[in-house]
Amino acid sequence: MAGAGGGNDIQWCFSQVKGAVDDDVAEADIISTVEFNHSGELLATGDKGGRVVIFQQEQENKTQSHSRGEYNVYSTFQSHEPEFDYLKSLEIEEKINKIRWLPQKNAAQFLLSTNDKTIKLWKISERDKRPEGYNLKEEDGRYRDPTTVTTLRVPVFRPMDLMVEASPRRIFANAHTYHINSISINSDYETYLSADDLRINLWHLEITDRSFNIVDIKPANMEELTEVITAAEFHPNSCNTFVYSSSKGTIRLCDMRASALCDRHSKLFEEPEDPSNRSFFSEIISSISDVKFSHSGRYMMTRDYLSVKIWDLNMENRPVETYQVHEYLRSKLCSLYENDCIFDKFECCWNGSDSIVMTGSYNNFFRMFDRNTKRDITLEASRENNKPRTVLKPRKVCASGKRKKDEISVDSLDFNKKILHTAWHPKENIIAVATTNNLYIFQDKMN
Amino acid sequence: MAAPLGTGTRTEEPGQEKQDAQEKAIAHPERAEEAKLKAKYPNLGQKPGGSDFLMKRLQKGQKYFDSGDYNMAKAKMKNKQLPSAGPDKNLVTGDHIPTPQDLPQRKSSLVTSKLAG
Repeated sequence: MAGAGGGNDIQWCFSQVKGAVDDDVAEADIISTVEFNHSGELLATGDKGGRVVIFQQEQENKTQSHSRGEYNVYSTFQSHEPEFDYLKSLEIEEKINKIRWLPQKNAAQFLLSTNDKTIKLWKISERDKRPEGYNLKEEDGRYRDPTTVTTLRVPVFRPMDLMVEASPRRIFANAHTYHINSISINSDYETYLSADDLRINLWHLEITDRSFNIVDIKPANMEELTEVITAAEFHPNSCNTFVYSSSKGTIRLCDMRASALCDRHSKLFEEPEDPSNRSFFSEIISSISDVKFSHSGRYMMTRDYLSVKIWDLNMENRPVETYQVHEYLRSKLCSLYENDCIFDKFECCWNGSDSIVMTGSYNNFFRMFDRNTKRDITLEASRENNKPRTVLKPRKVCASGKRKKDEISVDSLDFNKKILHTAWHPKENIIAVATTNNLYIFQDKMN
Repeated sequence: MAAPLGTGTRTEEPGQEKQDAQEKAIAHPERAEEAKLKAKYPNLGQKPGGSDFLMKRLQKGQKYFDSGDYNMAKAKMKNKQLPSAGPDKNLVTGDHIPTPQDLPQRKSSLVTSKLAG
């Protein structure tokens, strides 16, 4: 695969792993989202327990020129709590579905985190000084008797141990009847969209008591429901353009200049299906679980159950590239339907230069496809490959026939070990890969 | 495989049928899988992507015990047994009233994430 430096294949090495070692995974510890911020200095994770953990990359050590800074815990907070919808007797899960970072405007960092119903804007700020020398207050906070004050002094700021504080600055609630699957910040850095199964809303980051509905696909009669919204994203450069994907494998591009309610798409991306290949599973496996624009804004990538597709925004009738993630599963669809794995929602991501795309699979495998060389690689996130700067060994799944040494047969794959969430540093060859409850960080070998 | 002479009207060997089936499975693995599924669950609906499946998705969420529903159902049923939860406890249907026996375990208290440990 072409590396960022050009010419050589990337050699991925284990860097760090975060999380508990034990096999008994508490539900709350299941990682549900992973996202680098715009500089790549910060890496945020959300979990099923509603918690957010943010890691910060250490400043590069001048003496250790052969490795980049490690990611260490910077801040952790409870973003969402479990709630209860009394009207329907339904619990509202605190699981963090998505985290999206705002670009940095000042010393503080801001991110949006969302569960099924409520989006929150969090401010993460550092405090490394505190005022000392008040006249009317003791250092421990107790008030002094004013009559005991004989001289006045000017309070000064003194350095203190770094404290990172997270505070919720906005709460965007009560706008979604169905479950939020996506949030996306507009390139105007003032608005963002949130999408649930049937509707997409547009918000202003400063305003919490109002949002505009921009897409509504709810039929008048719910019996006629045939498809739902699965993901949505704003275009990285055009503030009027966004896309949303559906459970039927289509992507609609909408232009907010065309009308206030974008129910009529500007473009419809759909690959024609061969009717002779149609089966009970066709629609289910065509459901798009993730859609991501390239950094350039020229392309978008979609992930369905078995493949990753790259679409040129100028061509609606078929993708320009298709990569098979785990085609060997096509002959296992019956059991994958029975154990519900066929409904797993895998995400996908681009590298910083849009030359490589990555997505997860089962057995803690993840796959990368180089768009230029057309080569692909399968790697495993496992504690067995624990030594830093040791290059990861490529994995291979044997679909049928004689299994070679070091290959793993399809029937031996562990379908409980799924990598649904991965993220690529915006500038470097550093990737974050989430297994069920652990976060792995891999880097390319620098030498 | 040619039929041996003198076998009359039968033109295919039983072995031929099996080979055809295997070839079909390789050419159309999805169809073979679909046949397997239909064999196991003959009552499976014709429209997999249709209403029922999507409605289930829209209603995802833990259904909890509602004392109002429960008592009304009890009053309606009088002496009869309340319908207990089927294998799919999370499916919200008109007749299913969660009973105290159906209640999931109470969630444990919130602690710091192990990723930060």
